[in-house]
Order: sequence, then structure tokens, then C-alpha cells
Amino acid sequence: MKKGLWTSCVAALLAATPAAAQVSDDVVKLGVMNDQSGLYADITGQGSVIAARMAVEDAGGKVLGKPIEVIFADHQNKPDVGSSIANRWIDAEQVDTIVDVPTSSVGLAVQQITKTKKRIFLMSGPASSDLTGKACSPYGFHWTYDTYMLANGTGNALVKAGGDTWFFLTSDYAFGHALERDTGAAVKAAGGKVLGAVRHPLNTSDFSSFLLQAQASKAKVIGLANAGGDTINSIKQAAEFGIVSGGQRLAGLLVFVTDVHALGLKTAQGLVVTESFYWDLNDETRAFSKRFMEKSGGKPPSMVQAGVYSAVAHYLKAIKEAGTDDADKVAAKMREMKVNDFMTKDGEIRIDGRVMRNAYLFQVKKPEESKGPWDYYKLLATIKPEDAFRPLDQGDCPLVKK
Amino acid sequence: MFELLGIPPQALFGQLLLGLINGAFYALLSLGLAVIFGLLNVINFIHGAQYMMGAFVAWMLLNWAGIGFWPALLIAPVVVAITGIVIERLLLRRLYHLDHLYGLLLTFGIAIIIEGLFRYRFGSSGQPYDNPLPGGHNLGFMYLPNYRGLVVVASLLICFGTWFVIERTRLGSYLRAATENPTLVRAFGINVPRMITLTYGFGVGLAALAGVMAAPIYQVSPLMGSNLIIVVFAVVVIGGMGSIMGSIVAGFGLGVIEGLTKVFYPEASNTVIFVIMAIVLLIKPAGLFGTPR
Repeated sequence: MKKGLWTSCVAALLAATPAAAQVSDDVVKLGVMNDQSGLYADITGQGSVIAARMAVEDAGGKVLGKPIEVIFADHQNKPDVGSSIANRWIDAEQVDTIVDVPTSSVGLAVQQITKTKKRIFLMSGPASSDLTGKACSPYGFHWTYDTYMLANGTGNALVKAGGDTWFFLTSDYAFGHALERDTGAAVKAAGGKVLGAVRHPLNTSDFSSFLLQAQASKAKVIGLANAGGDTINSIKQAAEFGIVSGGQRLAGLLVFVTDVHALGLKTAQGLVVTESFYWDLNDETRAFSKRFMEKSGGKPPSMVQAGVYSAVAHYLKAIKEAGTDDADKVAAKMREMKVNDFMTKDGEIRIDGRVMRNAYLFQVKKPEESKGPWDYYKLLATIKPEDAFRPLDQGDCPLVKK
Repeated sequence: MFELLGIPPQALFGQLLLGLINGAFYALLSLGLAVIFGLLNVINFIHGAQYMMGAFVAWMLLNWAGIGFWPALLIAPVVVAITGIVIERLLLRRLYHLDHLYGLLLTFGIAIIIEGLFRYRFGSSGQPYDNPLPGGHNLGFMYLPNYRGLVVVASLLICFGTWFVIERTRLGSYLRAATENPTLVRAFGINVPRMITLTYGFGVGLAALAGVMAAPIYQVSPLMGSNLIIVVFAVVVIGGMGSIMGSIVAGFGLGVIEGLTKVFYPEASNTVIFVIMAIVLLIKPAGLFGTPR
């Protein structure tokens, strides 16, 4: 009974989502859906909403003379919750486009819905390269990064530095599996060997068991195919169990600047990470980040949040050019136009929905090298779009003619 | 070299020991819950948030006041216990004469508010806390970080100390008597409401102590409690609601079982405890050590 009541409390809580406003068709309505409260909330969350609103503001708040509205919801990293929000948004609330959606399992579910119901889907948060592979959609645009990019950036760099045997610590859902698969392929292509993998549930707090198994594998590199709080705890506990001092190397395959901040430079120093945006990259990224930080309480944007701005800005430009918000026409226009903003230079959008952009290989600074708050990365290499992303003909996307 | 079910014995011993370490946290947390439920009849859903507050108070002491880990072990539980006492005096007390579902709803709500406030202030990825006892020993079959060794020993001492006080001393007998028949105990000149308040404070302090001990191992994050609290509730249910020995034994035992699951079938490590809970409830609805109320 106690248990039963408790369960219904939780259920009621899960069902509670932000209230909807009355809308007419005369509004371009963007729905930002992401993790507002869980382990990915710092990477996406309110920051993505801020970024989307900035893009709307920069477009003048109107497109084709009609107002633009941004709403948001928390999908709690659950595909069923995300699907029901997406369906409600499209069926009952006339949302024109869904934005962000981190957590690949939710991203894949929403991709399917937006494909069937013909709505634009601007993906900045999810990582799985399947979103432009076998699950690609004519309306889905994969904006910021993917598992293939992460695998090739960090994976390649470490194999070249002598880390030729790998063991994976993998988050047990779509994203982790895709990242493990793509990194494994990159390691093998570079002449390395994968010795094994262990899969842990999403949102685990104790990694000691898994780390011990990784230690016992004697692999030179332990690849962390997880993200957010899971990566932070794995890195922290690996230091405790003397894994790095024992000669094994950690590869954080998806490490965000917020994760480095949470770990502290003392623990995170020396990690090699791949990102497609860093606030301190050049004058343009610094200018954008400064504006963003004024609204976010001093936190610079993560690459996902920056990508949300970039995607929304491009989408609004395409509506203006197309003269309509009809999904088919806007999608065609988006592919026709090059993406140009503070983080993208002449970015081409491929038929499978992949936005081609530079990726950057960074190393986390030592504490004494950091000059101020959030000064965490030094640039090791810039990876060209054609090297960063999977070639068009290898993704099994049904839209690509063979 | 023999192998057991495909796992070399070294790995097995290692995992058993790690399970014991995780079990130490389960035991400490479920102990506090059991004390509060056993003596106050309150299902304290703030427990996870209080564990998180313990870790955060330790973090604040270090970063804002420069007070290190060892003093924090004492200060943080006291600070959090005081907040608990305030909650008990102002709110919980008014619900004792009602069904305990009301207490559950109240504490669940407070927990969500506290976690929300911390998340708003500190973000979801949390804050780092340095290990006060770096280094470790190679035990031959595994590398044991010194700090984790300390956690197991400390947790065992605290658990059995608490059990001894409640089940074997005069103070403990007052407490137990006060829950059975408060009117009669009051007739003997004992201040029952104050005793109940202090008991709640003690249970909360235990949660905060577990939080301080967890800070160097896990990230100090607003979500750390809600990740753990559901598992801990399952531990309490398996041990028998309100049974102190039950919560200690179930805490350590389930830690070990979870540790073994991480070797044989890691994907199930989050669910194994709930499977066991379901089985125990079917066979022995009052839990392993519980008596039907």
C-alpha cells in the first residue's frame, strides 16, 4: 500500500508537463524538448531554451510578419515521455518544429514521429549516428555532432598516440551502443584492437565494479562510451582506483565543457576530447558566448546549446527565403542554403540530414595553465568536415540513392 | 588456476569487496530510515535529499569556509540534523495522528523542493570534492583505495553501534516504549515529544553522515540522493520495515548481490534489487526480519 501510493505519486509527477498556450496557425512555434532536470540538464536544459530564444530575438521576433514562439518541455530521458510530448505538440498545439532532444533513444523516437507527421526536427542534443543512417528522415537535421565524429576525433588521436588496445565502458542504450560501435570501427581502422566492453545502466553512480573489469582487461585505453553524470563519475572513480597512475589511459568519448567544470581541472587534466564548439575558439564564439552568459548566469554555452542557436537561426532564414513554413519547402530550402554563423562556416546540409562542420580536438589544460574561470581547453587539431563525419554512402540512409 | 562460472577467483573476490563497500552506503541510509520508521512511524522520503545535503554542506564547508573533510564528518551531520529537527517541529509533528501516507506525501514534497533548490543553485552535474585519503593497497586480487576501506569499517561500526543503543541500552528501551505507549511513558516523567524530535534528528544525521562519506567518491550533485533513495527503500522493505538489524543485514547483503550482478550480467545491475524485493514480498510480506504490524 505504501509502495502503491508512492508509485502513484511518481506517476503523477511524471505526467505533469508545462501547460500549453492557445495558438493559431499564424504563429511559427518551436518546441525545445530536452532534459530539464536530470543528468543531461546542464549540457542541454534551460541553456538550449535560452539559445533558441536568442536566435528568435536575432531574427527580430517575427518571420514573414508572423510572431515566433518558443515553448519547452522535459522528456526526462524517457522515449515514451518524449513521444507523447511530440505527439501532443504536433497534434494539439500546432508546433511547427521540434528542437534539441538529447538522449539518442528519445531522439530516435521523435525522429520517427516527425518523419510520419511531416514536421521539421532540428537535432542538436542526440548523438547516435543512426539518426543520419538507417533512421534518417527528410525532415530531420542532425546539427551539432554525432557518435561517428566523436569516435574519429578522440579514437583516432589516441590510437596514433600508441593506445592500440581498447576496452569500453558503455552506457546501455542507443547512444552508448552507437558510440561503442563507431569508436570500435575507428580503432580497428587505425590498426588497433578492441579487447572487450561492459555495459552499465544509464544513470549509474558507482562504477567501481565496471572499472575493475576494465582494469583486469589490461587494455591500454579505457573508452568511456557514456555521457554527462555517468562520465563524470567514471573519471572520478578511475582516479580513485589508480587506473590512470597504473598506466591505463582514459578516453572520454563524449565530454562536454560543463563536465570538465564539474570534475575540476585537477581530475580532468590531460583528457583528450572532441567537440564542434568551444566558447573561447575565436572572436565570434567569444562574442556569442558573452551574450549567452549574460542570460545564463555566467555559464558559457555547451556545444549542444550553441548548436540549438545555429539550427534555429538557419531554420528561420529558410522560412523567410521559402516564403512559407510548409515543412517540405522549408526542408528543401534549408538543404539548398549554406549554414553560416559563429560556429559554422559554409556548412553544407547533406541529403541524409547531416550538417557538415568542423570538429575540434582539444586537450584539457593543467590547473596551472588555466587563466580564469572556464578556461579549460587547448586546441590540438581541427578536423575537416569530410574527415569528421561518415561518408554519405556508408550510412545506409534510405534517402541516399546508390 | 581454477575458474568459477567463467570468472577468475581474483575478480570474484574484488567484486565481493566492492559490493560490500556499496552495501555500506545502503546500510547507513536504510538504517536511518529504519530508525525513523520504527520509532516515529514516518516514512521519511526526505532521506535522499538529506543525504545530498550532507554532501553539499561538506562541500560548502570546504569551499566557503576552508574546513576540511574530517571536521566536516562531525559538523555536516549536525547542521543537517538541525534542519531536520526544524522540519519535524514545524511540519511532521502535526501529522503523527494521521495515517502515515500523509507523512509520506509531505516528506516526498519537501524532498522535491530541496532538490529543486539545489539544482537551481548548483546545476545538475555537481561539484568536485577531493579525496581526503588518496592512495590504496594492492591486496593481490584487487587494488583497494584506502578511502573505501575506511568507509566499510566506519559504516560497520556506526551500524552496530546504533543497533546496540536501540536494542540493548536503557535509552533505547525508553525509545521503544515511547512508540508503543507514549501516554504511559510520559506518566513516568519522560519528555516523549522531545525524545521523538531528537530521534528524528539522529536518523537525519545518519543520512547526512553517509552523504559526507559519499562526497569524495561520487560527484556532489543535487541528484545523488534521488538516484539512491529508491534502492534504499527497497533495501528497507527487504530487511523488514522498521527492523534495525534487518536494514543492516539487507544493506550489506544487497550490495554484495548487486556487485555480483555487475560481473555476470551488468545490464541488470539496476533492477536486481527490485527483483529480490518482489520475491521477498511474495514469500515473506513483512520482510526478512520484520514482524507484521
